[in-house]
Amino acid sequence: MLSLESITKTTQDWLLAKFDPTIALAIECVIVIVLCITLFAILGLVLVLLERKVAARIQIRLGPNRVGPGGIFQTAADTLKLIMKEGLTPDSADKFLFNLAPFVVMMVAMLLLAPIAFARNFQIWDINIGVLYISSISSLSVIGILMAGWASNNKYSLLGAMRSGAQIVSYELSAGFAVLTIVVLTGSLQISDIVAAQENGWWLFKGHIPVIIAFVLYIIAVTAETNRAPFDLAEAESELTAGFHTEYSGMKFALFFLAEYINIFIVCAIGATLFLGGWMPLHIGHWESFNHIMDYIPSSIWFMGKTFFLIFVIMWFRWTFPRLRVDQLLNLEWKYLLPISLFNLLLVTVIAIMGWHF
Amino acid sequence: MFLKDYISDVVNGVSSLLKGMRKTGYYFTHSKEIITEQYPDNRATLKLADRFKGEVVMPHDENNEHTCTGCTACELACPNGTIKIITKFDISPEGKKKKAIDAFIYRLEMCTLCNLCITACPSDAIKMVPNFEHSVFDRSKLTKILNKPGSKIKEGIE
Repeated sequence: MLSLESITKTTQDWLLAKFDPTIALAIECVIVIVLCITLFAILGLVLVLLERKVAARIQIRLGPNRVGPGGIFQTAADTLKLIMKEGLTPDSADKFLFNLAPFVVMMVAMLLLAPIAFARNFQIWDINIGVLYISSISSLSVIGILMAGWASNNKYSLLGAMRSGAQIVSYELSAGFAVLTIVVLTGSLQISDIVAAQENGWWLFKGHIPVIIAFVLYIIAVTAETNRAPFDLAEAESELTAGFHTEYSGMKFALFFLAEYINIFIVCAIGATLFLGGWMPLHIGHWESFNHIMDYIPSSIWFMGKTFFLIFVIMWFRWTFPRLRVDQLLNLEWKYLLPISLFNLLLVTVIAIMGWHF
Repeated sequence: MFLKDYISDVVNGVSSLLKGMRKTGYYFTHSKEIITEQYPDNRATLKLADRFKGEVVMPHDENNEHTCTGCTACELACPNGTIKIITKFDISPEGKKKKAIDAFIYRLEMCTLCNLCITACPSDAIKMVPNFEHSVFDRSKLTKILNKPGSKIKEGIE
């Protein structure tokens, strides 16, 4: 059966047969980089279109429907427009930091791609501290945003960046605790171990109440961490024009825009891996025949389906809830999410020790 | 007591959020109820409100006759000089001189569509029509002469 696993294996065998191991590794790196950039470009196009379509449906509109059948080339046309536009740098901006910031944001998004398992044995880097790596790298994205806000020399940008800093620093805690519940249950930080532990059922079902609480907390926290509505104070259009990327134009703006969607994809992929079993098909306990039928659906489709489901949920949030004030934002984290996630972690530890999960 | 308030806060918050999501989820799954106008696809069947004011026109009947006497009431009523009436004198068959309009000049680009000219007109010679597709490539095309060439005043209108 043709699967991503067999393709990578044949490619590697062929490269090792033709070249010596060092050059083969270098060529593999290049292939991985090209694949990542392609994935980014496609995700950017698809997710922006998806968001516009979902928004339109929720607001009882049709959404983009002019370019191509059903408007499917709308985002490609938009990208073309952004490429051709002038990337202006303001006179009084800190030129170096201003131009560096979009690339820092993109680079963080790219680094986060490394430990994600896209399909069975299809992973760039199966690092043994995968979850720790993800939570440490995802906190770096605030540096790019602060850099952009500070270097723009614009009060709106600076305010947006500062809000974003406060937000990401505080919401990282509850996202981290939500992730820790799964680490406690699995007993491993490695992504492949976490996925393998869900072979007889996803953690969302096996871990029952505490994992469901953790899942909800995770979704809320990552919505805040990716600066999405209702937590989009960093770029609140009605208050700060566009927040930290007010001064950006052309392709530099497009990079910020792209990074936002890539980040959504990555946090949803991680959420799908931790709570919904990653590429693992829907297995229910010992129902062997049911599990076999589910195995016929390729693992990459399972992974993408779960990820896109979570992305849809986050988009649903965006087009339903009004934006929080900054004090409400911090109240929600420090008075509600953090105590609940601490208590939840205690609960899940008890359950893991007593073996009360399935 | 504090704990009870805290838990009820959380429960109320979550349930009200879910209520909102249920509403938008309903909209998402019922895509037949699109409320927006699909202009320009529905141009032929487009329905505009009766009181929609788009442009001043002067209705002419089948004999190419209008009811404008050239009294300039509309020109005087217009707050920003949109209307300019040039009058002439017609010689009636009986040899009497009669005042008539030569050109009713209407500058759409200056018009605020305030409707004052329509209310000022004593003989209902002009009216508002719901026509909104006014874009042209040259500004001068927005200066219109409302009376048609060769038109004359209807009999019996003073």
